[in-house]
Amino acid sequence: MAGNGDTDTRGNLPPLSLHVPEPKFRPGDEVDFSHIGVTEPGAQPRPDENCEAGETHPLCNDLIRVLGDDNKAHGPWDPKLDPETLRRMLQTMALTRAFDERMFRGQRQGKTSFYMKCTGEEATSISTAMALADDDMIFPSYRQQGALISRGYPLIEMINQIYSNEGDKLKGRQLPIMYSARDYSFYTISGNLATQVPQAVGFGMASAIKGDTKIAATWVGDGSTAEGDFHAACTFASVYRAPVVINVVNNQWAISSFSGFAGAENATFAARAIGYGIAGLRVDGNDPLACYAAERWAANRARSNAGPTLIEFFSYRAEGHSTSDDPSGYRSAQEREEWPLGDPVMRLKNHLIALGEWDEDGQAKMDLEAAEQVKAANTEAQKLGTLGHGMHQPFETMFEDVYEDVPWHLAEQREQSLREKEIKFGKKDPGEAQ
Amino acid sequence: MIEAINDALDTMLGRDDDVVIFGEDAGYFGGVFRCTAGLQEKYGTSRVFDAPISECGIMAVAVGMGAYGLRPVPEIQFADYIYPGYDQIVSEAARLRYRSAGEFIAPMTIRSPYGGGIFGGQTHSQSPEALFTHISGMKTVVPSTPYDAKGLLIAAIEDNDPVVFFEPKRIYNGPFEGYYDKPAAAWRSHDASITPEGYYRIELGKANVVREGQALTVLAYGTMVHVAKKVCEEKGVDAEVIDLRTLVPVDIETIEASVEKTGRCLIVHEASRTSGFGAELSALVQERCFYHLEAPIERVTGFDTPYPHSLEWAYFPGPVRIGQALDRLMADI
Repeated sequence: MAGNGDTDTRGNLPPLSLHVPEPKFRPGDEVDFSHIGVTEPGAQPRPDENCEAGETHPLCNDLIRVLGDDNKAHGPWDPKLDPETLRRMLQTMALTRAFDERMFRGQRQGKTSFYMKCTGEEATSISTAMALADDDMIFPSYRQQGALISRGYPLIEMINQIYSNEGDKLKGRQLPIMYSARDYSFYTISGNLATQVPQAVGFGMASAIKGDTKIAATWVGDGSTAEGDFHAACTFASVYRAPVVINVVNNQWAISSFSGFAGAENATFAARAIGYGIAGLRVDGNDPLACYAAERWAANRARSNAGPTLIEFFSYRAEGHSTSDDPSGYRSAQEREEWPLGDPVMRLKNHLIALGEWDEDGQAKMDLEAAEQVKAANTEAQKLGTLGHGMHQPFETMFEDVYEDVPWHLAEQREQSLREKEIKFGKKDPGEAQ
Repeated sequence: MIEAINDALDTMLGRDDDVVIFGEDAGYFGGVFRCTAGLQEKYGTSRVFDAPISECGIMAVAVGMGAYGLRPVPEIQFADYIYPGYDQIVSEAARLRYRSAGEFIAPMTIRSPYGGGIFGGQTHSQSPEALFTHISGMKTVVPSTPYDAKGLLIAAIEDNDPVVFFEPKRIYNGPFEGYYDKPAAAWRSHDASITPEGYYRIELGKANVVREGQALTVLAYGTMVHVAKKVCEEKGVDAEVIDLRTLVPVDIETIEASVEKTGRCLIVHEASRTSGFGAELSALVQERCFYHLEAPIERVTGFDTPYPHSLEWAYFPGPVRIGQALDRLMADI
């Protein structure tokens, strides 16, 4: 029989099998990171910011590094920052780390439901945000608290949000850490993953339509690049050459799923740029100078109408995904210590020391001051309440901001909630329930 | 209605530099239904442009533009294709104001042709409005005439909340009386085809009583307004036909006043029955007008199947289905 008769000829083929990715190390395993190509700092070329996208594509399979083991800056990507800027970067990192420590403890003490640290990834948000203009809109994912802190956002406002207390300007509606700060050009965080990436492209397109000069920069995790939104974003960014920087923070883990489940075994995340014909860079995400330089390069490129850039920051999530996560259940405890690209805070500190611009005493003092600053903000914020110790927002606020004006059906439900409040709490404000 | 929609878009592009229009084929070609024809030529490619075939991207980009301060009017070529953009609409656009406590808003108007009657098969005929009416933070609008389409679309574009604006494509070119063997009449002979030049608006959330009556209230929107009205006339039922125009927020005052007067309520929509918007209308009427009701509330809807290509006129809730419901409702008078 002609046509489909080849069914018979398959008889002696092996059955098909499915490849399910598996990380190299599980709990109890000895780690060996020799497969990670740690490149020579300074060895990567730095194309002109207005180059053809294709000129960057070799860098998508490379790793841009500046800081070497000698703690010195090397090569064309050295952003040549002055010591004052470097100290400010280090100070922001110290503050972010202190903030993470205290908020993590706050969660353990029952002051909030949830927290997410960015330990080990500070350079991917702080160094990068410092490379942008203050009015460039940041479309963050949930681990860019460092970007917000680098813009000078008041810590107490962040803590009020985390504690959902009466000072929370988001009125207790958002999960802790899902900040919104329009005055600081920091877009409201969504819990739905990667939705912010094409929105950032839309913002950049709007800026271009209006002939403005500000650009958009967005952050997304390695795992979330599997979302359709990420690919829609890349398509639109490419098609319209939108003034946008798409930052992929490859921290290796999406909760307990390693980056292989987003396709990392087969291609780098930076290499996604090649298929879309946009500029792409792959960067040592624990090298604060390289992070700064790459982001500045991409921002300058976007601002000069040369198009978008996709940057992969190759980093490592030193802590759990969140306070609800236990990484000891799925990955080797050694990973954090053995991570070959080190700790961004230590690397920046050692660089400043190597420059003769810093010392251990200065660092100890800086760390202490950061802890004190966070503690003071925490003390102030706690006075406004913590989650679970009463409801701190008036009931009627639940019905505000659903629409610009309150429609009849919400007005009715608002009245219902106020009647329920009386039954449940009497005349007393539930915020005083303790 | 196509010209009225084009006119509304033209009017708003001319009045407000922040209005931008984009969608698949919406730019150079002017849309597969020609609703955006000539606008790119008039306002340039950065105000009116084509988009990739990515409903998710189209919706997300509109959200980002809204956050910047524009008033995007994205087009989804057929409502059946809105689902890839659904998360961006319902999780992002609809909740942006709430989650940011008003810091960011998405004042976007999503235009999309919907409904059957053009042999569009199960991928070009659906009526997904109920999926949006269930979502807090957004408004759902369905016009039934050129006059309304222009005034409602202008109001939707000016609205600071996200609006889904479903255009009934069966009546794009003229009103339709529901008989499968009769084409849509031309709008030019219809009163509602007269649309004032330039700017005017019809407030969202206000229904229109298109036929006054004492014996029965018919709640309908879009194409079904014309079908229901025709059947009431043919059967000589003294029915009050209400064109809801806006589904969320629905005009409860007009509905209540009418049902309290007539004591009977028929709800007509083209979308599938189960959990359709008719279920919500029915519950509202029952909750609020129970002591005025003299007969059970009836729903006439599409069936709970996909829209079949060759059998679309069997699926369509036309004069027979509506007529039988009217007979049941009026039986005990």
